[in-house]
Amino acid sequence: MLFENIKENFPILEQKINGKNLVYLDSAATTQKPNEVIDSLNNYYKNNNSNIHRGIHTLSQRATEDYENTREIIANFIGATSSKEIIFVRGATEAINLIANSYVKPLLNENDEIIISQMEHHANIVPWQMVCEEKKAKLKIIPIDNNGELILKEFNNKINERTKFISINHVSNSLGTINPIKEIIQIAHQNNIKIMIDGAQAIQHLEIDMKEINADFYCFSGHKMYAPTGIGVLYGKMDLLELMPPYQGGGDMIKSVTFEKTIYNDIPNKFEAGTPNISGAIALGKAIEYISQIGINNINKHETDLLNYATSKLKQIDKVRIIGEAKKKAAVISFIIEGIHPHDIGTIMDSYGIAIRAGHHCTQPVMDFYDIPATARASFAIYNTKKDVDELIKAIEKCIEVFA
Amino acid sequence: MNDWNELYLEVILDHNKNPRNNHELENHTHHADGHNPLCGDRVSINIIMDNEIIKEVSFTGSGCAISTASASILTETIKNKKRSEVEKIFKDFHNLVTNKQEIKTKLGKLAIFEGVKKYPARVKCATLSWHALMAALENKKEIITE
Repeated sequence: MLFENIKENFPILEQKINGKNLVYLDSAATTQKPNEVIDSLNNYYKNNNSNIHRGIHTLSQRATEDYENTREIIANFIGATSSKEIIFVRGATEAINLIANSYVKPLLNENDEIIISQMEHHANIVPWQMVCEEKKAKLKIIPIDNNGELILKEFNNKINERTKFISINHVSNSLGTINPIKEIIQIAHQNNIKIMIDGAQAIQHLEIDMKEINADFYCFSGHKMYAPTGIGVLYGKMDLLELMPPYQGGGDMIKSVTFEKTIYNDIPNKFEAGTPNISGAIALGKAIEYISQIGINNINKHETDLLNYATSKLKQIDKVRIIGEAKKKAAVISFIIEGIHPHDIGTIMDSYGIAIRAGHHCTQPVMDFYDIPATARASFAIYNTKKDVDELIKAIEKCIEVFA
Repeated sequence: MNDWNELYLEVILDHNKNPRNNHELENHTHHADGHNPLCGDRVSINIIMDNEIIKEVSFTGSGCAISTASASILTETIKNKKRSEVEKIFKDFHNLVTNKQEIKTKLGKLAIFEGVKKYPARVKCATLSWHALMAALENKKEIITE
């Protein structure tokens, strides 16, 4: 079986926590890194480190080549038309802030509206609140139902002639819901509205093709897809990116500078001011190669098996309630246990070497909707096994015993 | 090795399940809300103070086992004590759970929270009600801890 030995590729998973084998179930927060990615960082700093785009010397040429080659790898992976549509950013958060400031803000007038949803991560709420406040525009919210699915017909109720932009997540980080983004993008385009998809929780689980879904903008973070922190991707359609003003000014994003007039560089460099995270970008390329080698559809099948297994096991425990029961879910399960606060669950789990997340997961509006302060969340990745799920279930039973 | 047995002692589990003085307090002279936005815990402390002595004390709110038990035991501990005494106990309790220095007074039942010092992420759970108490004594309405 393909997935049986994958743990061996992830050296961090070999350790013991509190005397127990580490069971890492917090991949929706950040995934662990395979040797290929760690070696790539090591190799870059040992052999190739130098600045890109301007050096005549060999090291700079190597670094530039690897950095730009990664853009190609990413473009191929997500089905972009050109590598010029791939902008390196720090992560999904920076990508959303970039679009909010460089694309949406110039479009906004007083009383214009932006649509997001009730299940967004704070990163896809706060940047929009900030531009709305500045331009006296309004934020409209697509509600969710009890299963944690978007109420799609609300798009037609909320969209009007003042709607200037829509930003929706592909997969919810706290509920696991996979949103029907192709349909949502179609709704946006039928109304001549541009749309951004926050793919931070989707890219590591689902096959995604920009040409097929036809998103105007899409973003994701490297560290949730087996790459280092501090590197992420903003995809944008070329014609839109070309019309946008830069997000930040500095070196690399210019063609020429005089005190009278500065000419900005072409895309993608126009949006990459300053020395970027070169080692991180190259390692992201390695992470994508690693994913591609295993096959994103194989990964999806493996994780869906784990999700279904965990869901059926959790449902057998009376005191457990799963939060988020959408028909289509990624490998994320939020749950609460009657009478036990999620933080106490987290602490008991940790004493058994099990890493889960406990809290509001940066989605306070979701917690308010379900009228709960927090949830416990287990999330799965390629290195997890059914044995990990069994350990989780055992620890949940222990929690119930302790707090009975 | 962190064993949850050292943290979730029987007494703490009991106070979590059956919190003492867990109700509103009419005619209170001092009151403050404690809130930890990071974990969502909320504890409000109500006091009737007479001549610098805490005559009555109660708490309301919701939180994890550590914060609930801590608030419950707080109310038992400070009743009929002088304000100055309570302030000393708070300092010692804080030192106990953060493992900062030797504690000077006998903490009695509060000593059961010593296990918290091995769980830095949970210190704020144990101290939320105490911060709310101090805010109440200083006539502040709300305290936010993180």
